[in-house]
Amino acid sequence: MDQIREKVDVCVIGAGHAGCEAALACARMGLETVIFTVSVDSIALMPCNPNIGGSSKGHLVREVDALGGEMGKNIDKTFIQSKMLNLSKGPAVHSLRAQADKAEYSRSMRKVLESQEHLIIKQAEVCELLTEEEPDGGKKRISGVKTFTGAVYEARAVILCTGTYLRARCLCGEAITYTGPNGLQAANHLTDSLKALGIGLRRFKTGTPARMDKRSIDFSKMEEQFGDERVVPFSFSTDPESVQIEQDSCWLTYTNERTHEIIRANLDRSPIYAGIIEGTGPRYCPSIEDKVVKFADKERHQVFIEPEGRHTGEMYVGGMSSSLPEDVQLAMYRTVPGLENCRIVRNAYAIEYDCIDARQLFPTLEFKEIEGLYSAGQSNGSSGYEEAAAQGILAGINASLKCLGREQIVIDRSEGYLGVLVDDLVTKDNTEPYRMMTSRAEYRLLLRQDNADIRLRRKGYEAGLITQEQMDHLNRKIEMIQSEVQRLRSTSVGASASTQAFLERMGSVPLKTAATLAELMCRPELSYETLAPIDPERKPLPAEVLEQVEIEIKYQGYIERQQRQVVQYRKMEKKMIPQDIDYDDVSSLRLEARQKLKLFRPISVGQASRISGVTPADVAVLLVYLEHRER
Amino acid sequence: MWDDTIAAIATGLSDAGIGIVRLSGKKAIDVADRVFRTPDGNRRLKEYKSHTIHYGYVVDGEDIIDEVMVSLMKRPKSYTKEDTVEISCHGGVFLLKKVLEMVLKNGARLAEPGEFTKRAFLNGRIDLTEAEAVMDLIRSQNEFARKTSLQQLKGSVSDEVKDLRAQILYETAFIESALDDPEHISLEGYPERLSGVLEQLMQRLQKLLESADDGRMRKEGIQTVIVGKPNAGKSSLLNLLAGEERAIVTAVAGTTRDALQESVRLKDISLHLVDTAGIRSTEDMIERIGVDRAKKYAKDADLIVYVVDSSVPLDENDRQIADVIREKNTIVLLNKTDLPPAVTEGSFRTFFRQSSLRGEEEFLRRSAAPEETEGPALRVIKTSTKERKGMEEFARAVEEMFFSGTIRSENEVIITSLRHKKELEEAYESLQLAMESVNAGMPEDFYSIDLMNAYAALGRVTGEEAGEDLIEEIFSKFCMGK
Repeated sequence: MDQIREKVDVCVIGAGHAGCEAALACARMGLETVIFTVSVDSIALMPCNPNIGGSSKGHLVREVDALGGEMGKNIDKTFIQSKMLNLSKGPAVHSLRAQADKAEYSRSMRKVLESQEHLIIKQAEVCELLTEEEPDGGKKRISGVKTFTGAVYEARAVILCTGTYLRARCLCGEAITYTGPNGLQAANHLTDSLKALGIGLRRFKTGTPARMDKRSIDFSKMEEQFGDERVVPFSFSTDPESVQIEQDSCWLTYTNERTHEIIRANLDRSPIYAGIIEGTGPRYCPSIEDKVVKFADKERHQVFIEPEGRHTGEMYVGGMSSSLPEDVQLAMYRTVPGLENCRIVRNAYAIEYDCIDARQLFPTLEFKEIEGLYSAGQSNGSSGYEEAAAQGILAGINASLKCLGREQIVIDRSEGYLGVLVDDLVTKDNTEPYRMMTSRAEYRLLLRQDNADIRLRRKGYEAGLITQEQMDHLNRKIEMIQSEVQRLRSTSVGASASTQAFLERMGSVPLKTAATLAELMCRPELSYETLAPIDPERKPLPAEVLEQVEIEIKYQGYIERQQRQVVQYRKMEKKMIPQDIDYDDVSSLRLEARQKLKLFRPISVGQASRISGVTPADVAVLLVYLEHRER
Repeated sequence: MWDDTIAAIATGLSDAGIGIVRLSGKKAIDVADRVFRTPDGNRRLKEYKSHTIHYGYVVDGEDIIDEVMVSLMKRPKSYTKEDTVEISCHGGVFLLKKVLEMVLKNGARLAEPGEFTKRAFLNGRIDLTEAEAVMDLIRSQNEFARKTSLQQLKGSVSDEVKDLRAQILYETAFIESALDDPEHISLEGYPERLSGVLEQLMQRLQKLLESADDGRMRKEGIQTVIVGKPNAGKSSLLNLLAGEERAIVTAVAGTTRDALQESVRLKDISLHLVDTAGIRSTEDMIERIGVDRAKKYAKDADLIVYVVDSSVPLDENDRQIADVIREKNTIVLLNKTDLPPAVTEGSFRTFFRQSSLRGEEEFLRRSAAPEETEGPALRVIKTSTKERKGMEEFARAVEEMFFSGTIRSENEVIITSLRHKKELEEAYESLQLAMESVNAGMPEDFYSIDLMNAYAALGRVTGEEAGEDLIEEIFSKFCMGK
């Protein structure tokens, strides 16, 4: 029988948030790319929460954008409310979050993909990965994929972005359907092929709350949540004026003791507590059942009612994901103020799926044992759209660099949340879906959402995803920041009567001797803006420049200390471990450390030191060994 | 990696009653078997159980070298976690060397200094603090140092530091979880609470740090700098101390002509003496350098001995010296009491009060009422180096200054390593910075930077945090060689 045989450079399996970024990166770097999806209508689908960003996730979106990705641009085009979170805290934890019009988001991304040169969209279920052995008996090498209908696509690189689709099943109490999210077709065949290639798999679980009919909700019993008056765009390339649109509201309400009673009384009917779900769920995105059990002393939990889009009456019930049976769900939701008469459009459900143990990957997201095979997104055991997109663009860049015969890139923990995310995934034993959090980033003050372009744009430029024009813009921005910081540090204000009067007006201590403008800016009660009257020399500068100037001066001491920590960290990252190392030859390693090191083959001593079960003594032994080896 | 078997004489090279040759490594037992013979000549050490002692002979072919007891410790239950054999011989430098020679001829190699400890550390038998304590023990110069080394070996430093770390981690974790889950964990009123915790942690660190100065002194000797005008009797003092006690550990001529260094023991205390060039107001280039050096030494000193020629009046040069020794524990020796006095204790104190200090209150207070001050003290003692008078009083003054009040009971934790001190200081500073952030009303997310810094610094003390620099330190300390 004849079969379709095509030859491309890269195959991307899955068109969710990881797949879209991966495929776009490859195509934009000039490689012939095909992206497979079980349903073209579900490209960039948001099957759970209707927003992009949020604490630490907003950082990831900015980083994707800095590298030349699409997520930030796409949400800027399709958001219906936007908010900068945590403004009462330091700039490190400020985070942008936007409510999306889900359908618009998906449609808009599909349009981007469809108009991208070198990119083909194909609706098909990939069932098998094709590999060939290296002639010298070395590693396996990816050679293509085969679809359910028998079509073969030869490729030099393949990127797995299978999300939650592998052998997926959805649970709503006792009712189980064998589908992916939103009732979409699951991918039931690829798992076997992965297993046959020796890839280790895990089974994870996640869940989503119910969607309500807007007409059945009494908003008068809830607190209205507005967007910011002045919206900040996600993308560094979006014109800030273009995002000053009319916004929709979200609503806040709370659970109460009655809600919790119903949940407790029906826990035995929850598939998780009844032991039906084998997958491990995320601790940081818990179902309402988990919250009630875990925070037994809390009298109430927040519930956010968020619109799913402008062309639908469906409302998302944030904070109340559940896998309880339909009847319990309804009873439970109806205890919440404003939801007394609610009608459920879609039930809450839990979804279980196969994903890989990401410790089989290099920090480039390429499989250690199979050349040219990459994996990104929820299939690596992460959770969240933003985490997926971030891995997607990295995998896309590296798969392309590999095809182009160029050196692949690694983003380390001091360069971005993306680096933290990937390092955690490929190094640590993650037993539940991994969610990004600001606490995971050690060098958080340097990894702010406001400076993602300064941190990462060059990497995107070098890969070929950032244009010369964008790069020039950034360089000009950096120059302006530096010269303004310099000016403020060297401009001295004397203790003149007018200055003293000004300081008094601002509630600030008068000067004893002359001080620089920078020194004054360090005072908590003063800022760049308020110093204007005593700084007549200043020239108008763009807001994005002033933001950096302000942070750099105000938090200088903290930034310097964090930079010193980074210097320490990098020393160990730079000690590379040769991939041909024979750990059996390192005789003094403890057994557990030896086994882990043999299994996960870290690329650097730094990475080795973060593997659980490898102690500092083992690290010392390893360093001594490497030292000997070099000599 | 450590396939080779090492051997060394484990006891001092003295004509003591018993000496031990220790072997460690994969072939330690094989090697020992090649040189050891049981009385009946049939049994091999290999056949015996671990942790047993055997009587027999060390032989060279048919010749019996010594009658010995051999202790057998099979891995991993030994100091190095390797097979270890200890051969107890009949002492005597000659015999010990002969036995060592035999094991070296039969497959062992001579251990580098500290190599047994290095293996114990690398094999996970002891942690870094313990390893360093062992090294200190080996090098300790006196009884006090020996005691603190033993104590550190038991892990008292590790325990205290680990506990401090655990608390810091707890606070950081709390802040971080609150940042990640503000809905369920509130930071309401937290800064005030943290402030109390920080204060307490800093106090404990301070206590460790105080012990550090003390511990370092006991181990390395009190850094003592002798200053004075030319011909005041500085060198005589040095010679007197060194000669009388017959306890010269090292006698290294200073790298420059301007300083001579000696380690001497005064009662139970080691003094590391630096004899500086005489300080004299001068325009002469070369002498100027000498004076600058003296000032530099004085700055790092734990104790200053200021030798005054009491037979000549005080002058401008003494004023210069006063500048140097300000803020220092100082013992003034009014020397040459064998000559008619031009300076008395009273006139000396008056001179200093009036002339030297341009309003430095602290110094004035000290020189005015030495007995009542707790801080750096100024003692004045009359001596005659020529007649060897006043040395007993001098020794007592040293002892008092460093042991009455400052000496700690043996159960307390004492820091003896400079590296530890440095890390503890860093931890302290970081906590101080965290405290500043709290006081300045910074958002809570800023606290973690300095808290984690303190956490890491303390981790480098216990070896729970493997910093790159730390590893370098291990290399140098354990003589990793090339």
